[in-house]
Amino acid sequence: QDIADVGHKYHLELVLEDVLAKDSTVNCTAEVLYHLGHQPSAPEVQVTLQGELRNTAEADNVFYNRVKSLDQELVAENIPDSQGTVPPALEPLHLLAWVASGYLIWQNSTESTKLQLAQVKRVQQVRRSDEYLEFDYLVLLHEMVSQEIIPWQMRVLWHPQHGVQVTEDRHQPQHRLQ
Amino acid sequence: QLDFWRHATSPGHPVDLRVTFPSLQAVKIFLESNNISYSIMIEDVQELLDEEKKTMMKPRRVERSTSTFDFASYHTLDEIYAWMDMLVDNHPSLVSKIQIGQSFENRPLYVLKFSTGGSTQPAIWLDTGIHAREWISPATGIWTANKIAEEYGQDPSVTTILDSMDIFFEIVTNPDGFAFTHNSDRLWRKTRSINAGSHCVGVDPNRNWDAGFGGSGSSSNPCSETYRGPYAHSEREVKAIVDFILGHGNVKSVISIHSYSQMLLFPYGYKTAPVPDHQELNELAKKAVSDLAALYGTKYTYGSVVDTIYMADGTTIDWAYDNGVKYAFSFELRDTGRYGFLLPSSQIIPTAAETWPALLDIMVHVLEHPY
Repeated sequence: QDIADVGHKYHLELVLEDVLAKDSTVNCTAEVLYHLGHQPSAPEVQVTLQGELRNTAEADNVFYNRVKSLDQELVAENIPDSQGTVPPALEPLHLLAWVASGYLIWQNSTESTKLQLAQVKRVQQVRRSDEYLEFDYLVLLHEMVSQEIIPWQMRVLWHPQHGVQVTEDRHQPQHRLQ
Repeated sequence: QLDFWRHATSPGHPVDLRVTFPSLQAVKIFLESNNISYSIMIEDVQELLDEEKKTMMKPRRVERSTSTFDFASYHTLDEIYAWMDMLVDNHPSLVSKIQIGQSFENRPLYVLKFSTGGSTQPAIWLDTGIHAREWISPATGIWTANKIAEEYGQDPSVTTILDSMDIFFEIVTNPDGFAFTHNSDRLWRKTRSINAGSHCVGVDPNRNWDAGFGGSGSSSNPCSETYRGPYAHSEREVKAIVDFILGHGNVKSVISIHSYSQMLLFPYGYKTAPVPDHQELNELAKKAVSDLAALYGTKYTYGSVVDTIYMADGTTIDWAYDNGVKYAFSFELRDTGRYGFLLPSSQIIPTAAETWPALLDIMVHVLEHPY
């Protein structure tokens, strides 16, 4: 839908599939508005879920408590590795990266981009005195149209009951060092 | 004491005789003095026996190797090149290895030739691994090459195809890039050629072909992942294939295998106008993706490059089509982004296995529609 002087609006009907429970699907509809204009701005998104997402409280708490109880800050690199392997213990960090980079992708998408998380290059836990877990991520995003790999650094806060927040992010200019 | 290998039957018919070394002179003199003409069929029988024993021992050893080759894991360039030799050793009357050139860093560019004879049979060209980071592509290539060799004489379709056509299969089309993904940067895409006047290395080998070269579907910036190169066919890896296909003169299909996105594509990428054969290619693609999905439910989209994925110029299949190769297809294998280029090795065999019927569909169609 072309909205004169405003932008392009897309009406979508989607089926959400739970990556960890393939038979669990939820229908949803969404409206995405890409604004016209030279200043890049994130598209406006409205989503309506027609069903409920699976409850993950138990798994969230297990992961949360495990990290909280570590003596040293969690550090990991190359998730997945070259062979596509993710050690089971690091899977939650991988999933957290997906969610957080989803935010980055939303904030940086246009009608001519298709961004995906390619790899978590490095993740380092940042010690906090409060109840939140904080991770400093360096992720590599793959942009399909240009085929570029864009390194992106982000700070991610997470708590089982309070959800995910990207508090800061910084990306290198296009074309990573060759 | 003479050992007749073919006994005397009636006058005027030849006999074959094995003669021991000590008796050789005496037999020759006897035959000559009685005007019996003779010719030597085998100079040294023992030598032949020794050779035969050797070749009988060899396949047993090598066969153990190719049957223990781990198709379910990703391999290094050296491992892949060694496996190629094993494949040839195992199927010497069907498979041979030819070198079509050298990469920028002087690595050999090898092509496996599957042929049952004939001088320039119509041929099918397959390539995997043109983009270095797409590891699932050469991994699928290895499994597929092995499958072709195994199924000749077993599967009716493969047998009829190879009885009248040759298959040329380049497994690692960009060996420099591939080695770089193992040693330095897993997400490297391009070749490793040095760009004059730039610190950035490499050219996108799938933007370097002379078909719509230099358009908006590629970049003029050496630092870009879709850098087209200074001129068409500047890359040795590309030029080698161009020279081979044009020199061969009878290539009827080019199938180039990439990842990821789960798509089956045909020309054009450099312009929006459909190719004259659009309908036929579209129907064939539709059938192929349907047969692909039959195995594990993997969904592929299909269509022309420009309609389905994005504008891309200087691509392999566009060049092939514009040079008379009607059946030019490009596969984008698994997945759709969850793992992307870092597809888990556990998915290698399923990916190769589901792609096989789609490849067969195309090859059978090529066979049944000569032009």
